[in-house]
Amino acid sequence: MSAVLNKRNIIILFVLVSLVFPLITTNTYLIHVMTLAFIWMIGVYGLNLLAGYTGYLSLAHAGFFAIGAYGLGILTVKAHMSFWLAFVLSLLITGLLGLIVGLIALRSKEHFFAIYTLCLGYIIYLVIDKWESLTEGVRGLIGIPAPQGFGPIKFETEKSHYYLVLFFLLLVILVMYRIVHSLSGRSFIAIRNSEDLALTIGISTARNKLTVFVLSTLFAGLSGALYASFVRFIGPDIGNTAVIFDMLTYLIVGGIGTLTGPLIGTLLVIWLSQLLQDFQQYRMLIFGPLLTLLVIFYPRGIVGGVTDIYRKRMAKKEKQLAGKKDSYIQSDLGAKNQVKEG
Amino acid sequence: MIFLETKNLTKKFGGNVAVNNVDFTVEKGKINAIIGPNGAGKSTFFNLISGFHSPSSGQVIFKGQDITKLPSNKIAELGVARTFQTTNLFDQATVLDNVIVGHRLRTKSNLFDAILRTSRLKREEEQCREKAMEVLEFVGLEHLAGKLAGGLTQEEKKRTAFALALATDPEIVFLDEPAGGVNPSETDGLAELMQKMVDKGITVCLIEHKMQMIMRIAHKIMVLNYGEKIAEGRPDEIRNNETVIKAYLGGSASA
Repeated sequence: MSAVLNKRNIIILFVLVSLVFPLITTNTYLIHVMTLAFIWMIGVYGLNLLAGYTGYLSLAHAGFFAIGAYGLGILTVKAHMSFWLAFVLSLLITGLLGLIVGLIALRSKEHFFAIYTLCLGYIIYLVIDKWESLTEGVRGLIGIPAPQGFGPIKFETEKSHYYLVLFFLLLVILVMYRIVHSLSGRSFIAIRNSEDLALTIGISTARNKLTVFVLSTLFAGLSGALYASFVRFIGPDIGNTAVIFDMLTYLIVGGIGTLTGPLIGTLLVIWLSQLLQDFQQYRMLIFGPLLTLLVIFYPRGIVGGVTDIYRKRMAKKEKQLAGKKDSYIQSDLGAKNQVKEG
Repeated sequence: MIFLETKNLTKKFGGNVAVNNVDFTVEKGKINAIIGPNGAGKSTFFNLISGFHSPSSGQVIFKGQDITKLPSNKIAELGVARTFQTTNLFDQATVLDNVIVGHRLRTKSNLFDAILRTSRLKREEEQCREKAMEVLEFVGLEHLAGKLAGGLTQEEKKRTAFALALATDPEIVFLDEPAGGVNPSETDGLAELMQKMVDKGITVCLIEHKMQMIMRIAHKIMVLNYGEKIAEGRPDEIRNNETVIKAYLGGSASA
């Protein structure tokens, strides 16, 4: 069964199910929740590229998510720019800020990097909250337009919006898949594995780390811009540190440093919290222990856990096969010897 | 031209002088060894050459080029490879996957190649894979290419680390305790492998504590004690050197 659960099959299954999902349900609320889940996944993929594949845990990504969202919001609502121009510009702004921040933040490592970016994320939140002339502060930005349509395609219904977000998500997954399976991806993993070793085999760690950082903030910004255009209203809370810990939970539950982890983790946690909605604030009582147990027993999340079990089973099988082969050869030899003796 | 040399190389950590005024030349195409008691500054010396620490004073010159101020990755590009005392392999990946990245520095494809999956990337991936198989064969691990690095023995890990260093196409490799923590028969195997590297034209420089092995395979030995070079020469010269014997066995050499 684990053989069926490899990453290609999971992604194919996900694509099929997500394509037909709006056709089998007429409940727009479910489509709404699913669209939001897709939007989060894009951000979680960004976090995964940096924290999972390169080993740098950034806690500033809620901030970059908010920068993407506010970029789009301000450019459309206040500067009256056309939607797609504002969309592209908001991504560029996020990437540029990511570059500046990365240059400084990446001088630190490990816990220090996490703490530095945590503070930075909080500063971004504070700037958004207090800079009222630009961001409208706690009142938030209202009336962000839905994406402009292309010819006959319009993005005004929940369904059409769902497919737009799904398009971007699949694009992100494709990009992630290709990066992780390329020589660049191998360099990133080498950095995560041991930065010293990566340096001695000639990998420019500084440049690679900066590239990953900018790319992952771009993903966060894309996620934020899509969020703003979908929800149409944004407040400073989307940049709050609580958001980054939500994203981190999705990533850890699914499997940090795995390609399908963000998909599985985000879907699972979001639907689980929907199901537990009746319990209100008590649902954390269920979530907390579950998450703790998961981290203790499966530090690489559900996907990592399944892969490990699968590999162990394969190794066992291989050993058994090898054993059988040996005994076969021995009996074969035995037979030959018998012939000789005969 | 001298292949690789250090001139007055000194490294101070606060008031502690880890490497003091060391002049050393590496002989091309030979096995060079650095020995010395624990804490003599051998690993620091390696770290200075490979660019991990920048020296307090002095120079490192490789093929006539001053590499003292170059970062580690640039030094690796010039053809200087190294291994570490502890072998940092990625346990969840196969041996082959661990080694493939070793040839990355000889490739040019970037992130755009990755996203667009260009023909350059495909070609270079193939090139890296071939290189990895070639060096795995060289170190005698081709049969383990598909095995997870986590399941290797200590000796196999050492060999994989050698393979990773060789995948960078080096002219010289610095091996930090290559035979640390492996049994005597395996040590012989590793010594043979080092000889094989030299036969292939790669200069070897190693730190080691296993004297028997060093005396047998090294062409030239430098002895460090308290960061200073106390002797340099052929194995038989070192074996009979009074200062070296005193440094190892104790005594009042400096009194």
